[in-house]
Amino acid sequence: MVDATHGPDAHAAEFPDVELYHPRSWWTRYVFSQDAKVIAIQYASTALAIGMLALVLSWLMRMQLAFPGFLTFIDAAAYYQFITMHGMIMVIYLITALFLGGFGNYLIPLMLGARDMVFPYVNMLSYWTYLLAVLVLVASWFTPGGPTGAGWTLYPPQAILSNTPGQESGIVLMLVSLILFVIGFTMGGLNYIVTVLQGRTRGMTLMRMPLTVWGIFIATVMAMLAFPALFVACVMMLFDKLLGTSFFMPALVEMGELLPHDGGSPILFQHLFWFFGHPEVYIVALPAFGIVSDLISTHARKNIFGYRMMVWAIVIIGALSFVVWAHHMYVSGMNPYFGFFFAVTTLIIAVPTAIKVYNWVLTLWRGDIHLNPPMLFALAFIVTFVNGGLTGLFLGNVVVDVPLSDTMFVVAHFHMVMGVAPILVIFGAIYHWYPKITGRMLDNTLAHLHFWVTFLGAYLIFFPMHYLGIMGVPRRYFESGDISFQPPSAHDLNIFITVMALIVGAAQLVFVFNLIWSIRHGKPSGGNPWRATTLEWQTPETPPVHGNFGRELPVVYRWAYDYSVPGAAEDFIPQNQPGTNPPHSEAPKKRRGAKS
Amino acid sequence: MSDPAVTHTDPQPGLTGFVSDWSSDKTAFKTASWGKAMIWIFLLSDTFIFSCFLIAYMTVRMSTTEAWPNPSEVFALEIGGVHMPLILIAIMTFVLISSSGTMAMAVNFGYRRDRVKTTVLMLLTAALGATFVGMQAFEWTKLISEGVRPWENPWGAPQFGSVFFMITGFHGTHVTIGVIFLLLMARKVWRGDFDTGKKGFFTSRKGRWEIVEITGLYWHFVDLVWVFIFALFYLW
Ligand code: HEM
Ligand SMILES: [Cu+2]
Repeated sequence: MVDATHGPDAHAAEFPDVELYHPRSWWTRYVFSQDAKVIAIQYASTALAIGMLALVLSWLMRMQLAFPGFLTFIDAAAYYQFITMHGMIMVIYLITALFLGGFGNYLIPLMLGARDMVFPYVNMLSYWTYLLAVLVLVASWFTPGGPTGAGWTLYPPQAILSNTPGQESGIVLMLVSLILFVIGFTMGGLNYIVTVLQGRTRGMTLMRMPLTVWGIFIATVMAMLAFPALFVACVMMLFDKLLGTSFFMPALVEMGELLPHDGGSPILFQHLFWFFGHPEVYIVALPAFGIVSDLISTHARKNIFGYRMMVWAIVIIGALSFVVWAHHMYVSGMNPYFGFFFAVTTLIIAVPTAIKVYNWVLTLWRGDIHLNPPMLFALAFIVTFVNGGLTGLFLGNVVVDVPLSDTMFVVAHFHMVMGVAPILVIFGAIYHWYPKITGRMLDNTLAHLHFWVTFLGAYLIFFPMHYLGIMGVPRRYFESGDISFQPPSAHDLNIFITVMALIVGAAQLVFVFNLIWSIRHGKPSGGNPWRATTLEWQTPETPPVHGNFGRELPVVYRWAYDYSVPGAAEDFIPQNQPGTNPPHSEAPKKRRGAKS
Repeated sequence: MSDPAVTHTDPQPGLTGFVSDWSSDKTAFKTASWGKAMIWIFLLSDTFIFSCFLIAYMTVRMSTTEAWPNPSEVFALEIGGVHMPLILIAIMTFVLISSSGTMAMAVNFGYRRDRVKTTVLMLLTAALGATFVGMQAFEWTKLISEGVRPWENPWGAPQFGSVFFMITGFHGTHVTIGVIFLLLMARKVWRGDFDTGKKGFFTSRKGRWEIVEITGLYWHFVDLVWVFIFALFYLW
């Protein structure tokens, strides 16, 4: 896919816009840094730290489900607070922040051959606003009444009624924290989008961008359009709570008392929430798609199959995901025609998604597969995502969803598709890019241990939940008590799941240990340990220094997937290597019959 | 052999130009600087915020159980014994639209690097914006004194007050931010920061004339949003 060659004067002019900020002190270099790489690490460490809290909460919940009453400090209120915080932290403060704020910041400028993001100062503010949002969220543990227990969906009216845990101040802090998150994200998102659109190096056309960048880019665009709905929902709910308005609050009798609310629409909140909430699923999935494509291609030493199709699939998935939100509201009741519409659009998304899966598999087909940790995680992602996607097809249908809604089946489904699957990619990506970030490899043995326990463990945790759900075990129950339809075996299964969850949790500690230990003791990696083609591996220094690329920006001559080109000296050709491919080059072949 | 870095140089017309811009390297929008691209994308996102507010308002208005107060009556004023529905809102709208005009002129003179005229027009725009906010404050005060609260009002559906304060408040905040920004930038134009390329205090980037246009884009947007609020909240 070398579509042009060119003369030696390529490095001549940079953009007039480029104007690099140079830090002068320790503080501006490492703390209030405007360098996207430092900001990325700040984002990632904050996200991983708060993610550990969410992980601990999941252990506590599992303990309660398997051994009710064993941990005496978990009462019903605490359980709901754990659920809520676990869900919200995992989805927003961990995965979204890590993919976009962490990987986005690190990889976009490096992969596109830019010196930094386009607005480094705004980018820095983005991180500090995010940190503030996290702190506000954590602060709710220390307020009277504790954090909110409204469920991560925060549905009114119950979210702000007096019997919901955390209604004193937890819910307020949660809403404020989300508003801050949206503001912080917007500042970062502007950077990611404008950098991709306007800040690429010479030769880096949109259709030569690595799929990682495509995934992060489209996810950011989606976030910029979906988060407004969350923002508005949060503002309105804050008013309901603090000013006594009735946007979402109908007339209600609580404990025999008529509340001062009247005429609001709880369904309106659900629409706003899911207009954000469904795209959110793809905001965490698209970066994962992109990263996985690159991991697979690099570690199978083969060009990605159907690059254009992959790009278009990402774009189409992004667009379609804005018209399916009400599939989360089948049980809220709606006009049957709407239910039909949303079921159809939901199922249509399966088409581009399936295309992507086929393309991954075809990329692997007869590849020179290196089963190193990033590849293992990438393969695990494909399997897991297909699995979660299939149950998604079930739930997308109204008639199947209605009985399964609010059961463990749903819990199993969304954990597979938006919990485990993206987290696997995050792990794979960390194993892949850690050498670039630190200059050292992560320990391979620990990595394999971490992989196998996490991968198998995740299945042992969430597979049985499908079964529990079909039996009718409800979701968000503090304790199931003696419910006759639940055979005793369901309880044994619960104990099994909990044990597995604890083991998987322990494996994450191995991972964290590996991360910290390898900073000093890992094997030196060199600049390009995976022999990859993309620009971040071609930097003069590893880890890349301020300005990324030394005196001259790289010039791009080819797409990101020139692996195993016949006749080439090596089995990869970096994107910035000039010249056409060797003359008898057959591969990478254009798809037969395709004009491109 | 063509240079891979430059897929084309001159903008081409129509769909071809669109496609070749998007598929070329470095920049997708050939004529937009980073700052301008940013403000457009920010405004797109902000559009979604205002749309959500307005759609939420329309939903609430349709689903509420009590009658919606009649805006022409609520926002009427007695001036010299004459009862004039919506008169204040009409004046406010006029003021804001005029400020868009002065802003457009400021941008024009900004392009010509005319410091004095640009400064004056930006200050004039800021003054009109401040007038708008002032009149809004008057309107708020009047309604509050008549007993309108976010949770109730004397005439009907309590959501009337909620929506009113929320949406006009959010828009008013936008205008206020715009006024502050205009004042700051007018000062920079006046001092000649953009001719000398003086570095910004926070961003430590060189000041540029294009900031006038960026401010202008924001200002026109805020104006445009007001037109929708006017149509959907006051006229409906
Ligand atoms: C070891 C890993 C994990 C375990 C053991 C776990 C366990 C649980 C449990 C027990 C619940 C409550 C189920 C109920 O009673 O309704 C739950 C809810 C939830 N989890 Fe996880 N989880 C894990 C990872 C994740 C990840 C990575 C995500 C990221 C998307 C996630 C997102 C959620 C969400 C959104 C909820 C729903 C909260 C609610 O109902 O309001 N979880 N999880
Ligand atoms: Cu959905």
